[in-house]
Amino acid sequence: MLQNRSSYPSQQSAVAPSLASSSEKSIPTSLTPSSLRTVTTPRKVTIYDRNLNRRAPELSLAAFAFLFNEVVQYSQKNVKGIQEMEIKLSEYGYHVGQRVLELTVVREIKSAKRETRVLGLLQFINTGIWKSVFGKPADALEKSKDQEDEYMIIDNDPIVNKYISVPREMSQLNCAAFQAGIVEAVMDGCQFPARVTAHSVPTDLFPLKTVFLVKLDPVVVERERYMR
Amino acid sequence: MSFYLAIVGTKDNAVYDLEFGTYRQGGDGRPKFSADMKQLCPFIVHSSLDIVEEMQWNTNVMHLKVIDKFYNYLISSYMTAGNIKFLLLHETRADDVIRQFFVDLYDLYVKTLMSPFYSVDQPITSAVFDQRVKMLAKKYL
Repeated sequence: MLQNRSSYPSQQSAVAPSLASSSEKSIPTSLTPSSLRTVTTPRKVTIYDRNLNRRAPELSLAAFAFLFNEVVQYSQKNVKGIQEMEIKLSEYGYHVGQRVLELTVVREIKSAKRETRVLGLLQFINTGIWKSVFGKPADALEKSKDQEDEYMIIDNDPIVNKYISVPREMSQLNCAAFQAGIVEAVMDGCQFPARVTAHSVPTDLFPLKTVFLVKLDPVVVERERYMR
Repeated sequence: MSFYLAIVGTKDNAVYDLEFGTYRQGGDGRPKFSADMKQLCPFIVHSSLDIVEEMQWNTNVMHLKVIDKFYNYLISSYMTAGNIKFLLLHETRADDVIRQFFVDLYDLYVKTLMSPFYSVDQPITSAVFDQRVKMLAKKYL
């Protein structure tokens, strides 16, 4: 370590003692206030210096798939069953969703409004959120025929599942539970508590077709009835 | 003129608060609340939360403007998409300026939220955030 430091220009070596751990007491030799004054430490760039509106260019799908692959593997550890694993995945998604909601709204601050009705919010998720996260709107939004408090968001080809093939013994699993977590966080954040689950509904045309079932909390249903 | 700003989380928990004064008309940016008022500020502001909750379902705008009055003091409120409330106690009515202040504050808040080490409803302790809010106050109020 010492040898490395000796190759630094002399100005920087004056800062080194303060950076070094306290165990190395032998280093500070001629540390006078005047020598400190000449050192200009570069200002740290904080998260507040970044621009929220600058969108990153399209991210590489391969990098995302690789990362998500690790997420799935990680969530597979220490779980007893598939259901537990889906809950874990959904929790990871929840943290994403909480942030995505505010970020998406703040980026469209000109037209910004809060969603106060279920349908408006679901449409916002269907187009706004989906577009900002996955780059395309979801394929359909349906209301359940027999259940008043259930809605379905349908994605024919969810990006998270693109490179995931579920083994036969785990056929119950749908890794889009992560995506369901995002939706749940957005619903919760807007004060529409709901349970969101992901279900595979493979068709010949779309083998990865996933339905996100949104089951609203009774509180929301009641409020909606009151507001009508 | 003096101001009191509070950010309130989704569970009506305190996230951040700040007292400050105006820089306009020769002000020095220090709050000039009387000793009594200094103690009352948090009470007045938080008691207006009831009104916010009542209003939030009747309108879909974010800036709820002046929602409450307490003698000479007015309380403006702004509600984010994720139900974080910004409450500002002030003395004169200036909806436009306050709206701009809130919009920029929202921007700052979202930046805080983007940090993986911050989660919703956690108190904001960042010194940089504090400094940025004071800069906004100087710019607008």
